[in-house]
Amino acid sequence: KFSVGVDKTWKHPIQEVTLGATKADGGSRGHVVKLGGEKAMPFFPDAAMPHAPKITMDVFDMPIGMAKAVKMHYEDVINSPGEWAKKAVRDFGADMVTVHLISTDPLLKDTSAQDAVKTVEEVLQAVDVPICIGGSGNPDKDPVVLSKAAEVAQGERVLIASANLNMDWEKIGKACVDNGHVCLAWTQLEINSQKELNRKLMKVAGVPRESIVMDPTTAALAYGLDFAYSNMERIRLGALKGDDELTFPMSSGTTNAWGVRESWMVRSPNKDDSDWGDRMLRGPIWEILTGYSLAMAGVDIFMMMHPTAVAYLHEITQSLMG
Amino acid sequence: MKETSPLNLYKQLPQTNCKKCGEETCMAFAAGLIARTRKVEECTPLIEEKKYAKKLATLRSTVAPELKMVYVGVGDKQVKVGGEDVMYRHQMTFFNKPPFAFDVADNMEEAKLIERVKKITTWRKFYIGKWQGVEMIAVRSVTDDPAKFAACVKTVMANGNGFPLILCSFNPAVLKAGLEVASKEKPLIYAATKDNWKEVAQLAYDYKVPVTLSVPFDLDGLKSMAVTFAEMGLTDLVLDPGTAPNGKMLQQTLTNFINLRRAAVEEAQRDIAYPVMVLPINAWLTTDDPVRAAYWESVLTAAFVIRGGAIMIKHSTEPYSMMPDMHLRFNIYTDPRTPVQVKPGIYKVGNPGPESPVFLTTNFALTYYTVESDVASNGIDAYIIAINTDGIGVQASVAGGQLSPVKIQDSFNEAGFDWAGQKYPAMVLPGMAAKFSGELEDLFAGKAKIMVGPEDSGRIIGWMKDFWPPK
Ligand code: B12
Ligand code: SF4
Repeated sequence: KFSVGVDKTWKHPIQEVTLGATKADGGSRGHVVKLGGEKAMPFFPDAAMPHAPKITMDVFDMPIGMAKAVKMHYEDVINSPGEWAKKAVRDFGADMVTVHLISTDPLLKDTSAQDAVKTVEEVLQAVDVPICIGGSGNPDKDPVVLSKAAEVAQGERVLIASANLNMDWEKIGKACVDNGHVCLAWTQLEINSQKELNRKLMKVAGVPRESIVMDPTTAALAYGLDFAYSNMERIRLGALKGDDELTFPMSSGTTNAWGVRESWMVRSPNKDDSDWGDRMLRGPIWEILTGYSLAMAGVDIFMMMHPTAVAYLHEITQSLMG
Repeated sequence: MKETSPLNLYKQLPQTNCKKCGEETCMAFAAGLIARTRKVEECTPLIEEKKYAKKLATLRSTVAPELKMVYVGVGDKQVKVGGEDVMYRHQMTFFNKPPFAFDVADNMEEAKLIERVKKITTWRKFYIGKWQGVEMIAVRSVTDDPAKFAACVKTVMANGNGFPLILCSFNPAVLKAGLEVASKEKPLIYAATKDNWKEVAQLAYDYKVPVTLSVPFDLDGLKSMAVTFAEMGLTDLVLDPGTAPNGKMLQQTLTNFINLRRAAVEEAQRDIAYPVMVLPINAWLTTDDPVRAAYWESVLTAAFVIRGGAIMIKHSTEPYSMMPDMHLRFNIYTDPRTPVQVKPGIYKVGNPGPESPVFLTTNFALTYYTVESDVASNGIDAYIIAINTDGIGVQASVAGGQLSPVKIQDSFNEAGFDWAGQKYPAMVLPGMAAKFSGELEDLFAGKAKIMVGPEDSGRIIGWMKDFWPPK
């Protein structure tokens, strides 16, 4: 007879986090999305996963450069965040959408927080799934923009992306607390910084445990996935063993896969490589495998772009849940 | 190996500090054994001198990997299957990338067969300084005809460039015909089952080849077969616990893999601690759409590269699935203990002379080799300076401050680069480091011109046409 035990060191469940709020809870979403609650590594036999991994699809507030394989799906909606969001939910099965307010970047259009707020309202009206609101990545402007966005979305329990250590994280954390949102704590592939940021958000900004999700950074397939994978796996194992600065659901910027040249280049710059084949088929797999391998490491929610990649990631994660 | 203290291994060494292994002390060698950077055989006194026989035996059993390592094939293409010590890669590292075996069948027309074998054995991609490819061919009997199978194996061997083989059939007569042709090259046979195990065990014994035990979705049965084989002295075993491509049984498949790995490395259950085979090829049973099948095959490959697959039989040779699968396997099997860096300094690509450009990049191995291969494969003669950014890539080190104009100046000084000997003294910056150009112009005034190259080094070749030599 074959027999094997379970991992007895996994004693601490991951915090469950709810995104979105329905009418009953003071919001206007059609349903909520739940993350977390795991008691074991993903898809391990030790304990069933309470919630399937979720996918939030990217929507931008201005046209941006995209790989050809991605762009063809969004050409008709590229100037309208509302229509873009609708398409993601209706046609591509997105569980959520993320509106990226990148036009606020001083190096791009430098649009104001007021303009950004309009985009957020537009998206909230266009779809009734829970939403995530992302800044431009500018550490000076994001706290201003995201705080305003948090106010206008009050009660909707959005995911605010994101607070990190190189900016006024306290302002972003407080904006989440004041308006009932969830804060995405973003660090760069370093477990101790992640602990530090989580701790500060809780202790200094007063963000409750059930309102934190972590983004430990996604380095994509072939561009450092080894770093991202092990960082996330270590974080999740640490959490299950009881490190309560790490017991939060994780998010992955899976779209980073499109930054890898193997995902979008027509052919190899290296003349001696075997043929790289059709990039329109190559790119989506790059996004699927980047996301899927991090699902195995413990990611609960994926920010993604290509419809085929979204469909496959949904399918495989659901299959593995039985 | 569960041992973590070098002292305990030291006790089994000669303790003479003779330095024959190249280490200063036996203790240092013991530390190398723990890290698996050294092998027992490298301590020649221990191997050669009779008086150490007992120590040698103890040491060998102590350092044996938790999961048995099985060798398939011979010569420089031989593959190691299994041999792992840990459940999660960060606990140490995963050592032996699961070989990918691509299938051919004995009902293939000869020309088609040869074409496919060539495709499998010549496929390659450059990544982080090395050519990556796949490593095995699985010959499947579809006809169930021993003569046809033997002929197919012969053709594969004649064209297979020494790639190790997996001979696949449940019919012992067919396997025997294949072994008659190929046994010298030590193929893996697939498979012994509940029905044929006696005959197949005999074959493995007679031909001295490793054998796969296939008992799908029945770990009790699998274990008892493994125990039986071990009792017969057959321990070069690979286990096939079944690969279901979809549905509820896919979840069971993953569970079985996790449980087998756990039993082997966390619970030291030696009687089941053999490498495990995965069949991503089964994705092709689920659909007639070749793109869908190849995608699903990639997804299955990823699942089991991560969770314990030690050897895989695959089908899709489309670059859109081979490339990501190969990279994923590479990334998961990268040693997390050593930073992937190259030595900082000036490198020559091709035959650079006074008229050649100097490209600037960082010493992150992925970055350096990407740039080098983009330059070299396009026949460009050039110097590349790898700046010491502690192994951080260009984009990240510009953002994080490891790359700076002063650092660049120091690096050129340290390397003693002779600008005066250059006909067009100029350095080409990566596009992502464009913001340093002003400051660098001041620092290098009168010595070298600062040029800004494209953002992606893959575009250097096009850039050269427009901007080199500089006006
Ligand atoms: C892995 C990674 C890391 C790893 C780095 C690991 C390592 N060893 O390099 C770590 C975790 C350390 C890291 C940290 C940070 N990172 Co980081 N990181 C990445 C990531 C995911 C991949 C980078 C990568 O490896 N690229 C692959 C290599 C090959 O690219 P490369 O070196 O730039 O080389 C290419 C080109 O530059 C060019 N090239 C190179 N040499 C040459 C030479 C010539 C002559 C020419 C013409 C061209 C050329 O061709 C190459 C191939 O395309 C990217 C996001 C992405 N792009 O996917 C972010 C990214 C680079 N990081 C970013 C940031 C901000 C940081 C941090 C500053 C974050 C922080 N606030 O702490 C830190 C600082 C790091 C530090 N220096 O201490 C930003 C940079 C934003 C920007 N303004 O450019 C990125 C783009 C992510 C983002 N969108 O925010 N990071
Ligand atoms: S060769 Fe053996 S005995 Fe000699 S120093 Fe190395 S470990 Fe010690």
